Amino acid sequence: MNTVVAQLQRQFQDYLVSLYQQGFLDNQFTELRKLQDEGTPDFVAEVVSLFFDDCSKLINTMSRSLERPENVDFKQVDSGVHQLKGSSSSVGARRVKNVCISFKECCDVQNREGCLRCLQQVDYEYKMLKTKLQDLFNLEQRILQAGGMIPQVNIS
Amino acid sequence: MAEVMRSETLNISNNTSSLASPELLHVLAVDDSIVDRKFIERLLRVSSCKVTVVDSATRALQYLGLDGDNNSGGVEDLKINLIMTDYSMPGMTGYELLKKIKESSAFREIPVVIMSSENILPRIDRCLEEGAEDFLLKPVKLADVKRLRDSLLKAEERVFKNMMHKRELEANDIYSQLKRAKI
Repeated sequence: MNTVVAQLQRQFQDYLVSLYQQGFLDNQFTELRKLQDEGTPDFVAEVVSLFFDDCSKLINTMSRSLERPENVDFKQVDSGVHQLKGSSSSVGARRVKNVCISFKECCDVQNREGCLRCLQQVDYEYKMLKTKLQDLFNLEQRILQAGGMIPQVNIS
Repeated sequence: MAEVMRSETLNISNNTSSLASPELLHVLAVDDSIVDRKFIERLLRVSSCKVTVVDSATRALQYLGLDGDNNSGGVEDLKINLIMTDYSMPGMTGYELLKKIKESSAFREIPVVIMSSENILPRIDRCLEEGAEDFLLKPVKLADVKRLRDSLLKAEERVFKNMMHKRELEANDIYSQLKRAKI
């Protein structure tokens, strides 16, 4: 029994570290994990869930604003990018945040093509992160079900 | 005589401290982002604060009872020790909220902290000039909240100590008067 838990914990640790190393997550995600404890074991999952809902909503709105080439509401798009950048920054979604930086630049110069490319990219990145984190949370569940504790992982 | 004096020195009423309860700071947090609201709420709870979160400056004013025509009004007995507000919000900004709070006689003493994802110096200056206690760059860290909390508790402690000292002086004064009277 003990080795099963140890194995799962190792898997969890390696997976989490790889997410940081591949740039999916940054330090802010560590801060989020710090706020979770035995009393609030779903905190991180809840926050990121809100984040992904936010992404979906904002991407839809921005998509509509960018739809007609002759009538792009760049102010709307800029507002959406700003919100997306803010929330991705708050959860440590590094890749999403970085796309937002490029996205803002395209917005500033009213480059519709650039904006559309960024929109597509941000959609891809948030969905990718969603899958990765789902795998991470599943690992967490398996550890808990096997009677183990979620390891504290130190990211240098 | 001794009884009278004792009851004077021990007359510590409930409003010796403006803290919501012994060690709990009551923080009002204002942010239009649902992600940030969830985050800041948890951050504050973990830091042993009582938290009220609202999603706009307008709602914050409603909560404080400042949304009426009477500018100096406010909710009776509402104990808020700190207001933390996002800067960029649709409708009323955090800066405008800061101004309204500083204009109100009921709440102008409450420290207001502005949070922003943008490190814009003129913006920071403007907020500090308008009386903001501090300006925090988002995402806010646990260490930021701890620092705020510690400095607020120190300020409360100073106020409390000053008041206890004052009461001690008053008690000593009464004691001397009574002693003289006896003679």
